[in-house]
Amino acid sequence: MQPRTLNAEDIAAGVERLAKAIREKTDGKPLALVGIRSRGDEVAERVLNLLSGDDRELSFGVLDISLYRDDFEHLHENPAIKESEIPFPVEGAHIILVDDVLFTGRTIRAALDALSDYGRPGKIELAVLIDRGHREMPIQPDYVGIPLDTRRLDHVLVSLEGTDGMDEVRIVEKESP
Amino acid sequence: MPHKDLLDIASLDRAEINHLLDQSVPFKELFTRSVKKVPALKGKSVLMLFYEPSTRTHSSFEVAAKRLSADVTNFDVAQSSITKGESVRETIETLQAMRTDYVIVRHKASGLPGTIARLTKASVINAGDGAHAHPTQALLDAFTLKEKFPDPTGKKVLIVGDVLHSRVARSTSTVLKKIGVEVGYLGPGSLVPRVGPENIRRFTDYKQAMAWSPDVVYLLRVQMERQDVQFFPSLREYHKLYGITDQRLEEIRDRGLYIMHPGPVNRGVELCDAVMDYERSLINDQVENGIAVRMAVLYWLKPGAGSHDLQIPPSL
Repeated sequence: MQPRTLNAEDIAAGVERLAKAIREKTDGKPLALVGIRSRGDEVAERVLNLLSGDDRELSFGVLDISLYRDDFEHLHENPAIKESEIPFPVEGAHIILVDDVLFTGRTIRAALDALSDYGRPGKIELAVLIDRGHREMPIQPDYVGIPLDTRRLDHVLVSLEGTDGMDEVRIVEKESP
Repeated sequence: MPHKDLLDIASLDRAEINHLLDQSVPFKELFTRSVKKVPALKGKSVLMLFYEPSTRTHSSFEVAAKRLSADVTNFDVAQSSITKGESVRETIETLQAMRTDYVIVRHKASGLPGTIARLTKASVINAGDGAHAHPTQALLDAFTLKEKFPDPTGKKVLIVGDVLHSRVARSTSTVLKKIGVEVGYLGPGSLVPRVGPENIRRFTDYKQAMAWSPDVVYLLRVQMERQDVQFFPSLREYHKLYGITDQRLEEIRDRGLYIMHPGPVNRGVELCDAVMDYERSLINDQVENGIAVRMAVLYWLKPGAGSHDLQIPPSL
């Protein structure tokens, strides 16, 4: 069976939806977008570009959450970690965490822990390009680019230009036994 | 392939060394945050098994483990039953019973960390064994060098002192050569090994060594507490022949060379007081980088990897 796909236009529309919703809800106040490695940083950068014309103070950061994962025991090898870059004061900031896909919510749980080790933000919201459902934690997004109906065992494979050379999302269904 | 233990540099290939050096960068970045701790090794236990005195290496490992949220237990020789004649075998059985995940070992006998590694599922890190190896010192030296020379290929490091008895010299020159750095030894003829790794330049005269145009002068510590002192007439004589005197520091400054030392420094022996304020002294960088590199090593090793059912031979 052919996998369902989303193309570059679908992705661009999703990013625009995020930017529009963020603009409407945050009303010109200072904002910091923090993308979660990898690919969340690229989504955050695209949203930032769309918001950059606005008359407002915008900051940008990148978070690597490898050291905050809760599944080390299950990994054959620990994931390679990269630097986090949070070049603005987190204390009191209005931060929007950005990721490519929201699934179980465990990555966001880890990201909240990581972020709080930089200081005490005034407010944290969550923006995701794709919400595919099946949460395992009480975490919900504030902004969604593309809501996607999936089954628990499906794989949602996101490719983005800057990371993978092209924009595409493939939903690969787990073959029934 | 994940490694269970880190016993020496020789068992790491170039890709693994570069991986560990790269991975140390994000750990060092954590030191600038308000919270310097991450939960990566939460619930894991680290046992510090130091049969030889050490302040720097011991505290560096301890800080590294704590910044990864591991629980650290000290098994210091002075306070433990090791001095009451407890055998290595009993110690290993104890740490098995404690379900220790990582063991950091320092011992005067070369090869002892390897013996412990074979007998336990815990990850064993060699923190210095006899004249054999000190792999984390080597990695932190390589990391410190790479901060100054991102591409260290062809750079020259002159290692000065008692090379023969130095595990630091052995491990550090091995790692430097693996990342493409040229290594030279300078010391009294009796303390520079004639045989050993190839492609290492050997000097007994300071002027000749400088004519080789090193980029870094790496001074080994004179081990006052060991017997090495007998290999040269006196400490004053040593300082005159191989130490960084005020006059030599001027030349080093003119040439823009970096100075490294594994610490702790014997002032007036390996180097004069003025070196401590020298703008290209990397000695403090080495201390800070040691923590980041040891965090990267702890994070990289996998306790239990590749180990089968362990049997402790009764002979130990």
